[in-house]
Amino acid sequence: MNTGTSSLAPASVGGAGLLLWVAVPYACLAVFVAGHVWRYRQDQFGWTSRTSQLLEHRWLRWGSPLFHLGTFMVIAGHVVGLAVPASWTRAVGVDEHLYHAAAVWAGSAAGAAMVAGLGMLCARRLLTRRIRLGTDRSDKVLFPLLSLTVLLGIWATAAHNVLGGGYDYRETVSVWFRGLFALSPRPEAIADAPLLFRLHALSACLLFAAWPFTRLVHVWSAPVGYLVRPYLVYRRRTPAPAAPCRTRSRSRS
Amino acid sequence: MRVLAQIAMVMNLDKCIGCHTCSVTCKQTWTNRTGVEYAWFNNVETKPGIGFPRRYEDQERWRGGWTLDRRGRLMLRSGGRVRRLLSLFSNPHLPALEDYYEPVTYDYDNLLSAPAGPDLPVARPRSVLTGRPTAITWGANWEDGLGGAPEHAGGDPNLSGEWAEKVRFEFEQTFLFHLPRLCEHCLNPACVSACPSGAMYKRAEDGIVLVDQDRCRGWRMCVTACPYKKVYVNHATGKAEKCTFCFPRIEAGQPTVCSETCVGRLRYLGLLLYDADRVGEAAATPDEQDLLDAQRGVFLDPRDPDVIAVARESGIPGDWLEAARRSPVYDLVARYRVALPLHPEYRTLPMVWYVPPLSPVLDAVGAAGGDQDDPDHVFAAVTRLRIPLEYLASLFTAGDTDVVGGVLMKLTALRSYMRAVSLGDAADEADGTALRAVGLDDAEARDLHRLLAVAKYTDRYVVPAAHKEDAAALTAVESGCPVESAGGLSGAGPSAGGRVSLGMPTLRRTSPEGHA
Repeated sequence: MNTGTSSLAPASVGGAGLLLWVAVPYACLAVFVAGHVWRYRQDQFGWTSRTSQLLEHRWLRWGSPLFHLGTFMVIAGHVVGLAVPASWTRAVGVDEHLYHAAAVWAGSAAGAAMVAGLGMLCARRLLTRRIRLGTDRSDKVLFPLLSLTVLLGIWATAAHNVLGGGYDYRETVSVWFRGLFALSPRPEAIADAPLLFRLHALSACLLFAAWPFTRLVHVWSAPVGYLVRPYLVYRRRTPAPAAPCRTRSRSRS
Repeated sequence: MRVLAQIAMVMNLDKCIGCHTCSVTCKQTWTNRTGVEYAWFNNVETKPGIGFPRRYEDQERWRGGWTLDRRGRLMLRSGGRVRRLLSLFSNPHLPALEDYYEPVTYDYDNLLSAPAGPDLPVARPRSVLTGRPTAITWGANWEDGLGGAPEHAGGDPNLSGEWAEKVRFEFEQTFLFHLPRLCEHCLNPACVSACPSGAMYKRAEDGIVLVDQDRCRGWRMCVTACPYKKVYVNHATGKAEKCTFCFPRIEAGQPTVCSETCVGRLRYLGLLLYDADRVGEAAATPDEQDLLDAQRGVFLDPRDPDVIAVARESGIPGDWLEAARRSPVYDLVARYRVALPLHPEYRTLPMVWYVPPLSPVLDAVGAAGGDQDDPDHVFAAVTRLRIPLEYLASLFTAGDTDVVGGVLMKLTALRSYMRAVSLGDAADEADGTALRAVGLDDAEARDLHRLLAVAKYTDRYVVPAAHKEDAAALTAVESGCPVESAGGLSGAGPSAGGRVSLGMPTLRRTSPEGHA
C-alpha cells in the first residue's frame, strides 16, 4: 500500500514486533472470519441480540440508543481515519488542520455518547440482579473487552490529541492497519506509536477475535431488508409440488 | 381468488367456568421452561378486568394492531418501517416484566430440611429471576372471579364512558364472565408484519402463525405489534415465542391441548376457507364496525362449487375440503353467525372467535325480577340493559351493540324454543315465533342446538391430518422432543447432531441459594 509521505524506514521490528503486529492481528482476523462461518452454520438458534429489555428498561431506554448511535459514529470515524490515507483527504481539499479539528470534535461527541451509553449498559448489567444472573460467559468476556477497547481509544485520543500536542496516527497506525489488508504488513509503522494507541489496537484485535462468539453477531443481522419486504409473510410447510417455494422453513431442516 | 385453508377456533363463553385447565395444560406442554416462566400461551381472564399483561387492550399505550393512515391505508399502530427500525435499540412500547408478573417458585426444600422446632415450616416464595424471597403481588389470573376488582377492574380499557361509571359504582351488582385467550392466528397478523427479521410467518397450509426460532434475532417488535400481547420474549434465549396452535398435534389430526383438555367442552376447532387476496382490503375497511362483516366476507363457502374448484386447483386436498364442509367453526362463524371475533377493531382479522355469553344478561333479568326463560323478558333486557351489552360490544364488535344484541337474542330464542320442544309443555312457544324473529327455522334451530349443547368430540374438533405427501417433513418434527433443550421450541433448532451450544441460551439458572 502506498505509504504516503511516511518517512518510516523499513527497519527491522524484531520478533516481538512481528508477533504483536503481524501474527496476532492475522490470527484474530482468521478467528473472526472462521468463527463467523462456523457460528452461522451451527448456531442459528443462538444468533440473537439477546435483548434484556423485558427485565430492565429504565437504564436501557437511554443507554442503548446512546451506545448504538455513538458506536455508529465511532465506526464511521475509524473507517475514515484508518482506511482512508491522508493523501486522499488532502486531495479532496481537507487539510491536516481541518481534518484534525473535525476528528477531535465529532470524535469526542461520538465517543462521549458511546462511553455514556456503554457505562449505563454495564451499570444495569452489574446493578440489576435479574440481569446480572442472566449474564452468560460470552457477556462476561464481551463487556469488559469492549469497555477496555473503548476506554483505551478515548484515553489515547484525549491524552494525545485533545490535551496533548497532537499525534498523527494516520502516519503510523493507519499505515499498519492498511498494510494488514493489503497483505504487505508494515509492523514497523505502529511499533513506535504511543503506548495507548498500541494497547487500543491490540485490544481491538482481541475484540474482533471474540466477536463471533458473543452477542455482537447481531450486528450482521441488522434488518435493513425489512424496509422493502412485503408485510405479510406466508411460508409453506413443505415445498409446494407445483411451484418451488422461495423460503422453505428453516425450522424443519 | 386465492383459496387458503386455516384451522380456526370458536369458544362458547357461556360454558366457560374459569377452571384454567386449558392454561395449565398449555403451560405444562409449552412454557414450563427457563425464560418463559411468565409466558402464558393460553390464559383465562375474568371480565371485567384489566387482563394479562396489565391493560393489554389499551392500544394508546401499547400500540398493538393496525390503524388506518390519513389516506385510509393500513399501517401498524406502532408506526412505519423506518420508525420501527429506529426503535430497535430501545422499544418504547414493550411491556416490562412488571406488566406481566415476576415469576416465583417456592422454598419447598425448607419443608424437609427445616430443623425440628415448635413451628410448622413453610415454603416461602422466591423470585425465579433473582433467587431472593419475594412477595407475590400479581399473576396471570390475579383478578380471577373479580378478585381485587374494586381496586383494579376500573382500569379495564373496555370500560369507558358513562355506562362504565355505572359499572364501577354499582360493583356489587355487576356481572362477570371468563374469557380464555390464546394467539388469534390472525389473517392479517401484525406480529408477522412487524418482524424485522422476517422470522415470523403464517403457514399457507393451515394458517398457523409461527416464529422461526432460527431466524428470530430478538428485535422484539412482534410483542409490541400484537394487540393481544400473545407473543412473549424468552428472556433466557432472547427470542420471541408464541402459541403454536399445538401444530404437531394439529398435523396429526388432533385438537390443540387447550381444546383437548377443556372441561366445559366449549372449544370448537375446524377449517375455514378464505380468500387470501381479499385479506388486505377487508382489514382496511374504513368503519371499525364494518370489520366484522368484512372479515366474514373473506371466508368462503366450502359448499360453493366455484370455491371447491379453485381450492382444488390451489392444492387443498379433497379430505380437507370435506373437513371444511363439516367445520363447526364455519357453522358458528358464517352460517349461524353467533360467533364474534375478539376486538375486530385491531384490524388483524383474528381467527379465534367467541360465542358471547348470555349469562350477564340473564343474571340482570333475574335480578330485576324477570323470567330468564321468557324470551320477551330477555329480549327486552337485551335492548334495555346497556351495561353488559355495551361491554360485550366493546369486546366483540367494536362497540356495535346491535350485533351483540342480535346474537344474544338468537341464543335466547334458541333456548326457549328448544326448551319448549324438549319439554313439550309450551306449545305456543314451540310454534317458533321468536325463532323466526331471529331468522332460524326448526331444522336450523335443532342443528345449532346440537352444535352448542350436545356436540361430541368428533363434532367439536374437525381437524384433518396433514397430508401424506408431507410425511418427510413431519418425521423431521416428530424425531425431536419438544422439551429436549432448555431453551428451544420443538422443531425449532437444527437437527440434534448439528446443535452447538455456546453456553448462551440454554441456561438452567441456579441462583446462589440453590433455588431455580
